[in-house]
Amino acid sequence: MIPAPFDYSTPATLKEALTLLQQLGDDAKILAGGHSLIPMMKLRLASPAHLIDINKIPGLSYIKEEGGYLKIGAMTREVDLEESEIIRKKFPIFIDASKLIADPQVRNLGTVGGNIAHGDAANDQPAIMLALRAEVVITSLEGERVVPIDEFFFGFYTTAVQQGEILTEIRIPTPSKGTGSAYHKMERKAGDYAIAGAAVQVSLDGKGTCTQIGIGLTNVNATPMRAFRSEEALKGKKLSADLIEQAAQLAAEDCNPSDDLRGSADYKRTIVKALTKRMIHKAAERAVNS
Amino acid sequence: MEKQITVTINGEAKTLNVEPRLLLVHLIRENLNMTGTHIGCDTSSCGACTVLMDGKAVKSCTVLAVQADGKSVTTVEGLATGNNLHPIQEAFKENHALHCGFCTPGMMMRAVELLDKNNNPTEEEIRWGISGNLCRCTGYNNIVRAIQYAGAKMRGDKLPSTDPVFV
Repeated sequence: MIPAPFDYSTPATLKEALTLLQQLGDDAKILAGGHSLIPMMKLRLASPAHLIDINKIPGLSYIKEEGGYLKIGAMTREVDLEESEIIRKKFPIFIDASKLIADPQVRNLGTVGGNIAHGDAANDQPAIMLALRAEVVITSLEGERVVPIDEFFFGFYTTAVQQGEILTEIRIPTPSKGTGSAYHKMERKAGDYAIAGAAVQVSLDGKGTCTQIGIGLTNVNATPMRAFRSEEALKGKKLSADLIEQAAQLAAEDCNPSDDLRGSADYKRTIVKALTKRMIHKAAERAVNS
Repeated sequence: MEKQITVTINGEAKTLNVEPRLLLVHLIRENLNMTGTHIGCDTSSCGACTVLMDGKAVKSCTVLAVQADGKSVTTVEGLATGNNLHPIQEAFKENHALHCGFCTPGMMMRAVELLDKNNNPTEEEIRWGISGNLCRCTGYNNIVRAIQYAGAKMRGDKLPSTDPVFV
């Protein structure tokens, strides 16, 4: 399978890339890791007339703590998260996910920014970013704007990134003491998309009361989904097995999975309940031990 | 419109004019006539087309040749030095780690990167490490043993037994 013909540019600076993007409009697509876009182009599901390869632009790949945030440059490869000391120590949720995102070769090229900008509810990072209450930095020739993750996903393959804009950074608020996070997805085999997945970040005070919680779900809705009612059920309460069970039940009721090759909608709701429950327990355990 | 690219393949710099849509695997197999890199699924699932690009294992069916411009690419043909097999090649041979051989080049290239990062991986790390490479002859046990064997060889440790294991 070979993509339809296209023109190809490798701008050396972000400004050059943004200028090109503005000139070419809808005809152009940004090439980051390419592991969603190139397969789509090979299948002719996408046929952009022009690819703007941003791999040669310096300064878009970093993982750093700054101003109360963990900042991840859009071109940071999935493998970089996996191997980062900061991530290993403070954000175990990414380590949970790293094994489950595609496979090592894909993680060598696939980027965190691309994973989110693709706007696919089947990807893993979107649900994680929902749980972590991330913010997305979007850059255009006019400057930067910051979009909360809850306002980022518009619909199937559609995000807040507009014409002439590039997603350049993801910011995650530094969690308070006593915070734990966890992610898991059910997959048919290594490298597959999730049947369903659940990402949880929970903060506990000294008495075991849940002061903050984020729950994101993978591949059970048209967009990456926040389990609002589950969060509400837990926030401000002392966590117990019963309460967690109830919260997990709400996630299963609120998600909107479809019947497909990965299972029936009912089956997926069962998986959502089980995973949400397990991940709340796991995140809470990590919060206690943090 | 064609682009001029320079790619160092197995240590040799090659300058070519290519269409931007040319895939790296086609550049290697068809433009450079090196057919050791295989095309299996063509959808970045099977790993048969794995090569090293600047030392990183990548699936060359999902990389454009133009993306390799200025980079160094190693294929299975670049593993041996003259008649001396690379430790991973010797390990696959000694451990009967191939049956039909179709997945072998990709499997070895991924193993090279894996051992380059950690030359003493656990069995679990090896199994996750080759999770992007499919063998349809169900040969994983011997492949895992071969990677352990190559690791021992690279560390200079005593080599593990290559006697068949029946499970």
